[in-house]
Amino acid sequence: MTSKTGSKKPAAASKTPSPLMVALAPRIRELKFYFHLMAKSATSIAGVALIAFLVFLAAFPFLFAAARGIDPYVIPKDWYEPDPQAPSLDGYLFGSGENGQDIYYGIVWGARISMAFAIQIVGVSVIIGTVFGLVSGYKGGAIDEVMMRTTDIFLSIPSLILVMAIAAVMGRDLNSTKLALLAIWWSGYTRLVRGQVLSIKENTYVDAARASGSGELKIMFRHILPNSWAPVVVSATMDMGTVVLVMAGLSYLGLGAPYGYAEWGVMIQAGQEHFVDGAWWMTVFPGLAILMFVLAFNLMGDGLRDILDPKMRR
Amino acid sequence: MTYIVRRLLLLIPVLIGVTILTFVITRAAGDPTLSYLQNPDRASPQAIEEIREKYHLDEPIYIQYVYWVNGLLHGDLGYTHSANNLPVTTAIAMKFPATFELAIMSTILSVLGGIYLGTISAVRVNSPLDQSTRVLSLTAVSIPVFWLGLILLMVFYNQLGWLPGPTGRYDTVQYNLSDLHPIIGFKTNFLLIDTVLSGNASFFWDVVLHLVLPSVTLAFASTAIIIRMMRSSMLEVLNAEYVRTARSKGLPERVVIKKHARRNALIPTTTVIGLSFGGLLGGAVLTETVFNWPGLGQWAANAARSLDTAGILGFTLLTAMIYVLANLVVDIVYAYLDPRVRLG
Repeated sequence: MTSKTGSKKPAAASKTPSPLMVALAPRIRELKFYFHLMAKSATSIAGVALIAFLVFLAAFPFLFAAARGIDPYVIPKDWYEPDPQAPSLDGYLFGSGENGQDIYYGIVWGARISMAFAIQIVGVSVIIGTVFGLVSGYKGGAIDEVMMRTTDIFLSIPSLILVMAIAAVMGRDLNSTKLALLAIWWSGYTRLVRGQVLSIKENTYVDAARASGSGELKIMFRHILPNSWAPVVVSATMDMGTVVLVMAGLSYLGLGAPYGYAEWGVMIQAGQEHFVDGAWWMTVFPGLAILMFVLAFNLMGDGLRDILDPKMRR
Repeated sequence: MTYIVRRLLLLIPVLIGVTILTFVITRAAGDPTLSYLQNPDRASPQAIEEIREKYHLDEPIYIQYVYWVNGLLHGDLGYTHSANNLPVTTAIAMKFPATFELAIMSTILSVLGGIYLGTISAVRVNSPLDQSTRVLSLTAVSIPVFWLGLILLMVFYNQLGWLPGPTGRYDTVQYNLSDLHPIIGFKTNFLLIDTVLSGNASFFWDVVLHLVLPSVTLAFASTAIIIRMMRSSMLEVLNAEYVRTARSKGLPERVVIKKHARRNALIPTTTVIGLSFGGLLGGAVLTETVFNWPGLGQWAANAARSLDTAGILGFTLLTAMIYVLANLVVDIVYAYLDPRVRLG
């Protein structure tokens, strides 16, 4: 929305638009078109709305559940009630776990854990993968060969299993899960960017840039990169969810977040113990939270794919 | 033929890379002697010394790698302490049938469901049915597998009581594996087959019931992926000239869809099916843990929890092999189905 108003105001205020605005105009027009397409799809709107809510929740969890204890990520216990209590409006909204652990508190702070985790993993992986992919695709030759055989190795083992193996030997906590994911997640983006670069670098405008004396770095980052980001954006959006699925899975297996932590996977694992007592809320709510988180990013990624793929939109 | 040879040659660097990667992980885990001792707690100093000697653990790391690979090629991966201290290869052989049976069942479910739903979504594109399939399949890839398993148990076991609880492959109270005497003289360890060959109908039915929830759980995500692929390739094919020709010949729509469109749309879908079979192993770790399924996945999860290095790496290597081979088979089948690929 800001870009929409931003594009109109300067043009109306002065007769001669600034060179910056002239340069930006086509981009802004394109962006407006994206918004227009996005707004037409109900599912992507739902995704964006959910993500907006989750980002807000992750940024300001204390507005929803006041931080308690030394470490706010550890679900506080009240010790009065050792057995799980059913959800109620005047007690625990989403019920309680062992020793009065508030499930609602865990869900709220778990959003922050998941969001931070996903942003870190996907952010770093995209940066590393983009640089590697650019260099690999642009340079070709031996560098490309080595890079591609390396990604082959990482991509030849299902990610959950490789992360599990690495995390297991590094120690059973969330940090080693994070490092393990970082160690492998870049490889997918490297492949993706490289593929894009290979086709883009054959374009005449790249030749033109080279002929006019542009340096290699400038060609890579100014001419090739901006034209290869579309699939990366789609993939990164969906990976935000996938990464959280892997994290929750490992925590469920007892390899990620420790017991009592406001992490959704480990909360489900704790709930499983009370399954037979009928304490369904301990399992159901954290799982719904994961589902909502992952689905939000998948809905948005799905919408973005339709928009960014010109073959499908016109 | 040259295509297959080329593909096989390309496998070599990948497999070497996978062994290097797993070797590095093993060595990062700490003392490598542990995984070669059957009973690390009761090992004598001489035994430890023998192992250091045998695997050249006192020498530089690249020499250690050579001896490690040598052991690997001879099926010697050490002992897995999370599965009764069995040799890793024995443990794999023992647990493989349980996982394979589960994987086959869920592949059958996801292939049938995926192709059916993907086809009707494409035929009725943008209809409410298509839209809801789209949302459903996005939901299916977003559901945590282990949670789905638990919810299914909650509904079908706890509440309705229609299906058995998480007791593994069969009701261990009522049945015993030693009751099975297959007429072929040995057990395949695929319980669906063994029970039939032993003529034990009630045991067979029990095994079927125990398979339902785990295989549905495992099938969910791959069904969604197959639906998407099937839908998009169906859409492409439905716009093709030969489909128009078939229609203008006056063929009934049913024949056009089934014979002309769907058969060709299946070609790209085979890729996804093959790949998702490899991916099932990842899901199996979680699914088997939820359902107490005594297969490779549950073993791997236990190994990871108890830092049983030999077990973790045996499983990782095995999945890498299966994954890589599945990829290879997919590429070969694809090249066979679509001759254009072979030229590329």
